[in-house]
Amino acid sequence: MIKAILIFNNHGKPRLSKFYEHYSEDTEQQIIRETFHLVSKRDENVCNFLEGGMLIGGSDYKLIYRHYATLYFVFCVDSSESELGILDLIQVFVETLDKCFENVCELDLIFHVDKVHNILAEMVMGGMVLETNMNEIITQVDAQNKMEKSEVNLTLPVLFMFECMT
Amino acid sequence: MALKIVKGSIDRMFDKNLQDLVRGIRNHKEDEAKYISTCIDEIKQELKQDNIAVKANAVCKLTYLQMLGYDVSWAAFNIVEVMSSSKFTYKRIGYLAASQCFHESTDVIMLTTNQIRKDLSSPNQYDTGVALTGLSCFVTPDLARDLANDIMTLMSHTKPYIRKKAVLIMYKVFLKYPESLRPAFPRLKEKLEDPDPGVQSAAVNVICELARRNPKNYLSLAPLFFKLMTSSTNNWVLIKIIKLFGALTPLEPRLGKKLIEPLTNLIHSTSAMSLLYECVNTVIAVLISLSSGMPNHSASIQLCVQKLRILIEDSDQNLKYLGLLAMSKILKTHPKSVQSHKDLILQCLDDKDESIRLRALDLLYGMVSKKNLMEIVKKLMLHVDKAEGTTYRDELLTKIIDICSQSNYQYITNFEWYISILVELTRLEGTRHGHLIASQMLDVAIRVKAIRVFAVAQMATLLDNAHLLTGNMQRKGICEVLYAAAWICGEFSEHLENPMQTLEAMLRPKVATLPGHIQAVYVQNAAKLFATVLKSQEGNTESTAAQETSQLMIDRLPLFVQSANLEVQERASCILQLVKYIQKLQQKDVEVSEEVSALFAGELNPVAPKAQKKVPVPEGLDLDAWINEPPSESESEDEQPKAIFAKEEPKHSRPRHTEVDEKELARRREARKQEQANNPFYIKASPSSQKVYQEGPGVEHIPVVQIDLSVPLKVPGLPMSDQYVKLEEERRQKERAEKKKKEKKKRKEKRSGRGKKHDSGPESEEDITPAHMVDIVTEEMPENALPSDDDEKDPNDPHKALDIDLDKPLADSEKLPVRSHRAAEAPKSPTEDGDAESAALQEPKKKSSKEKREKKKDKERDRKKSKEEKKKKKHKHEEKEEDLLGGQADEPAVQSEETSEVAAPPTSTSAEVSDLDFWLSNAPVPSNTQEAATVAAEEAAPVPEAASGTAPDSEPDEPKDTEMEESKSSKHKKKKQKKEKEEKEKKKKKKHHHHHHHSDGGGGEESVQNGTVEDEEPLPPMSNYCLLAENSYIKMVNDIQGNLQDGSQVVVSVIFENKCESFLKSMEFNVLDSLNSKLQRPEGSGPHDGLTVPFQLPPGVSNEARFVFTVQSIVMPQKLKGTLTFIVKNEDSSTHEKLDFKLHFTCTSYLITTPCYSDAFAKLLESGDLKGSSVRLEGVNMPFHHLLARICFHHHFSVVERIDSCASMYSRSIQGHHVCLLVKTSGQTVSIDAKCDEPTLLGNVLDEIKQTFSQC
Repeated sequence: MIKAILIFNNHGKPRLSKFYEHYSEDTEQQIIRETFHLVSKRDENVCNFLEGGMLIGGSDYKLIYRHYATLYFVFCVDSSESELGILDLIQVFVETLDKCFENVCELDLIFHVDKVHNILAEMVMGGMVLETNMNEIITQVDAQNKMEKSEVNLTLPVLFMFECMT
Repeated sequence: MALKIVKGSIDRMFDKNLQDLVRGIRNHKEDEAKYISTCIDEIKQELKQDNIAVKANAVCKLTYLQMLGYDVSWAAFNIVEVMSSSKFTYKRIGYLAASQCFHESTDVIMLTTNQIRKDLSSPNQYDTGVALTGLSCFVTPDLARDLANDIMTLMSHTKPYIRKKAVLIMYKVFLKYPESLRPAFPRLKEKLEDPDPGVQSAAVNVICELARRNPKNYLSLAPLFFKLMTSSTNNWVLIKIIKLFGALTPLEPRLGKKLIEPLTNLIHSTSAMSLLYECVNTVIAVLISLSSGMPNHSASIQLCVQKLRILIEDSDQNLKYLGLLAMSKILKTHPKSVQSHKDLILQCLDDKDESIRLRALDLLYGMVSKKNLMEIVKKLMLHVDKAEGTTYRDELLTKIIDICSQSNYQYITNFEWYISILVELTRLEGTRHGHLIASQMLDVAIRVKAIRVFAVAQMATLLDNAHLLTGNMQRKGICEVLYAAAWICGEFSEHLENPMQTLEAMLRPKVATLPGHIQAVYVQNAAKLFATVLKSQEGNTESTAAQETSQLMIDRLPLFVQSANLEVQERASCILQLVKYIQKLQQKDVEVSEEVSALFAGELNPVAPKAQKKVPVPEGLDLDAWINEPPSESESEDEQPKAIFAKEEPKHSRPRHTEVDEKELARRREARKQEQANNPFYIKASPSSQKVYQEGPGVEHIPVVQIDLSVPLKVPGLPMSDQYVKLEEERRQKERAEKKKKEKKKRKEKRSGRGKKHDSGPESEEDITPAHMVDIVTEEMPENALPSDDDEKDPNDPHKALDIDLDKPLADSEKLPVRSHRAAEAPKSPTEDGDAESAALQEPKKKSSKEKREKKKDKERDRKKSKEEKKKKKHKHEEKEEDLLGGQADEPAVQSEETSEVAAPPTSTSAEVSDLDFWLSNAPVPSNTQEAATVAAEEAAPVPEAASGTAPDSEPDEPKDTEMEESKSSKHKKKKQKKEKEEKEKKKKKKHHHHHHHSDGGGGEESVQNGTVEDEEPLPPMSNYCLLAENSYIKMVNDIQGNLQDGSQVVVSVIFENKCESFLKSMEFNVLDSLNSKLQRPEGSGPHDGLTVPFQLPPGVSNEARFVFTVQSIVMPQKLKGTLTFIVKNEDSSTHEKLDFKLHFTCTSYLITTPCYSDAFAKLLESGDLKGSSVRLEGVNMPFHHLLARICFHHHFSVVERIDSCASMYSRSIQGHHVCLLVKTSGQTVSIDAKCDEPTLLGNVLDEIKQTFSQC
């Protein structure tokens, strides 16, 4: 099971937080801070696993993270997940973001956190890995976005009419 | 209305959207909080508007703010509003917000049930998908209960996108509503073989997650998973399955044997590191489970270690880390194979990555030997010096102590070296582990008598240099060491070179800055030292010196008398008075030293940590009984105990010291000696072993220089542990040279003389003798200590709690009136297999419940016998018709497997347990021992296990079957009692799903489709077991079921019942094969050989065996002739007997109850591939639901839908033919319209149905 997925930047600013277990807002922030503290002090060329902090999990939980440019992608998982598998999953996640946002950068995540959530929802559901095939993920995300667009188009004529009237 | 919408849209144009909010926050870095609070006010305004678009926008912004740590629970109701929007765009926003901030105590959640249900059944798959995703995050027990059925229906949705989400969310539903696990499990299992890989992967995911918590309940799925493992190419799925097997193997060693080969192949073939790593991990788990009493799998171990070495040597830090992690698992069972890679692991200690260093440290623990301990610790000491950061250094410190002290100091050859290591460790800055070092010092000094001289000298030096330890405020933790030092110096003061100096050191004013408990020890031990000093001084007849010492005490002790610490104060004032009295005596020239030292005479022995617990409670003593009347629990009395304690303690403790006179002490000492002589655990020190330590520098020359430095310095005068490494090396060389001359005999003597067991070290280690012949005093235990089995149990074990979490539904199920309990029941078989080990490991609580179960089974067995008698009558009719159909049996196979387009997955069957056994017993390595054990456990005399290939142990099945029947009958009872409609509805739903299992004692109500509530009278019990043959000795009844694992196999279960007064043994079951049907015989036996029935029958006992037949064509019924031969053994004689029988394979027996849902059913009928046929039954005089139940039960159909007096039914053959029935009734006429893709099969099935009813 995946307990939490966090994305924050090099300064510890959260860009996405998805907890698959309930915590109060304060605890969530504390977890993000603690995780950032743990992860950020590690060198670039050390391993991507570390034993979880005090707040999240216990001995059974691990933090598995990857660092891309200005962002840290951190997954907190228990022992039922394969460590290397999760690393691959992070890679898939980032590549999917890259496809969906066309050359993703931190700004995309800052302004479109809802979209990131939607993409993530196609990969991980309730703490369990749902889909690992990037093409499948993108197909579903695109189909939903198309639906959203078609709904926007439905409302447009009204607006247009209104603009014409004035 | 239109204008309102337009107005809303216009408003929206002026609103901030999420992007504006983010931008705004970025532009207000200085007053972010203020800006956000104004934004929240705006959002509150927006939420008040009617326009859903505005609301959705506001909720979207709230979701962002929630991430920044703002509580948005106040908007929960608005979130629900947005969730219920008909537009996908808004719905998605609503569900996202809900998934981020709803939780179990959000009260508006209960408003969402209907909305979610609506969304789940939405025609738009993305509405459903979004609802499922959201629900997965905030599902509550209530939601889970209310929606479980809806989600279960979605598991067979046409779109794989929905199916996989529905399957995945079931895990969350199970967690919140455990009762749903059993009803949903069959369908979940089906999904393991879903055509869509995503759905399959989701199902694997869920079952793995379930099985991880509760592996034993999922053991029966092993064959299915094995099949998946060998066929799947999806690495994700493979990893999960392999991980699951890792959890299952400890429960079933036979599984492990079967796994090794395919896993090894995977290890060799895969290029994916993640898969390779998991394979290695599981192979390790298998090896661990096999390690007891198995032929060595050294090749596999070598392979694992070798692959791990490659991982560790990889430049990728991740692989290195994982390699070390897996290596530590091997270490536990196969330390030797890891030890050969010591070089690599030591290398990892130098890694720049702390995670890797920590893992390497873990490994070191198991790698030390007598030979390399010093070397490894030396290396660690270097790391301690270099280490930055206290956590890593503390970790190193604890590891050093762990490594050295493991298994009773097994690897330490030179305790002087160890003491010096401990002393060196006291120089660590800022460590928290002072108490750990202290306890080690105490332990070694107390238990290793030979080291006391040296230890005391070292401790005296430590005390002398106490300022180095206490000088720096940062070093608070380490001053604990002084506690140990003071106690050792006091207790073993006779070994001190210069007790006077140490006494002075202990009475320095600076001591008063130490923590109270340490001061107390100082004071007490100063008194002990005082006694020693007096003794030496009086001996020298320098009375002035003795008086000076007393004066010193009298001068210094008042400092402690003023201490704020009660303990210190008390001890100090006691001792001060004592010394004053002694001084008085001294002034009168009375010799006091002897009497003073008598105060502290006697030796303190180490006591085992659990000794107190193990003292048995004497008979007649009730520890819980009140001695006095219980105090009234008024608040005012709360404080009294404290006051009493404070006042009275001095009174109690004062006489304690003085009362003990010399005689009493001598008596006690004598008694203790006597006791020690009788105590086998107490190993006495042999005086000869006490060598005087010479290498160390003289302690008396240590200059007392008061240098107060904040920087930790090496404690002057203390020997460095390093020098021991050299010395040890020399010593060993010398010894080796000596040893060459000596003979083996001598070595033996030495070994026995050591008084300590060295059981685990390799042979070469035995050559290394300790520098000191050391006796390690074993800790004392009370006489007749209680046995220690219950030592290791931790009632707070988190896994136990987890176990309850998921186990509950399955354990409770014993009460539940459903038969699908099987899945949970399955794990019983391995334990009943006579797997004594696992049984012994189980907790007593479980044991007792198992015993109960077994008792119950016995009862049921009796009951079953009487039942069978009834059944026999019922099924006689089937026998009569046999000959009519028998002739067609050998027809060539018309039907091939190609017709099975829709590969509907098999559901669970009653044969699960035996399936597992079949499957396992086909393992390449035969497990004769276990099966023999089975037989021995179940029956009195063992039978040669020739037939292990086919039916190794069918015994566990039989009681289970009977249990089924019992549960069924109890179901009927319950049914009558419960009037509540809702309850019934639920139950029926459950039954509907369970019904998909084949059952031996079916119930009738199952035939009611989801939701139809009707109060129907219970059915009489039914059985598919029909009489096979009977004579005066034995009766055989049988049932035939299709094998789910293989489309060409049927399983014939035969119950043998001994009817006579004699013992029946050497039963052999043989069948004359036809072209179409063949009895499966173990490899190597001829086509006409019989199969040995794997049990014997004492008088009046019945037992069941299973035989597998391979069939080619299933469209025709057929009969096989067979013979059972057996020996009837009386007290005086034994005769060979035989019984002929005809085994009737009806077409019905090739059908497998398979659930089908109305949508799929409709599609099937629409497809037009099926050919029709129909039959009319006249004069059927039974309720419609009974009729349906009979068809379901006897002919393995399931009801798809039932409307009034009309029902559609479905079944599937083992070769994948679909059989659909439409059953209508009017009056006493029943018409059955049927469709099937194989007309011959259909015709035969209909004939058989007709026969069934013509008998009623």
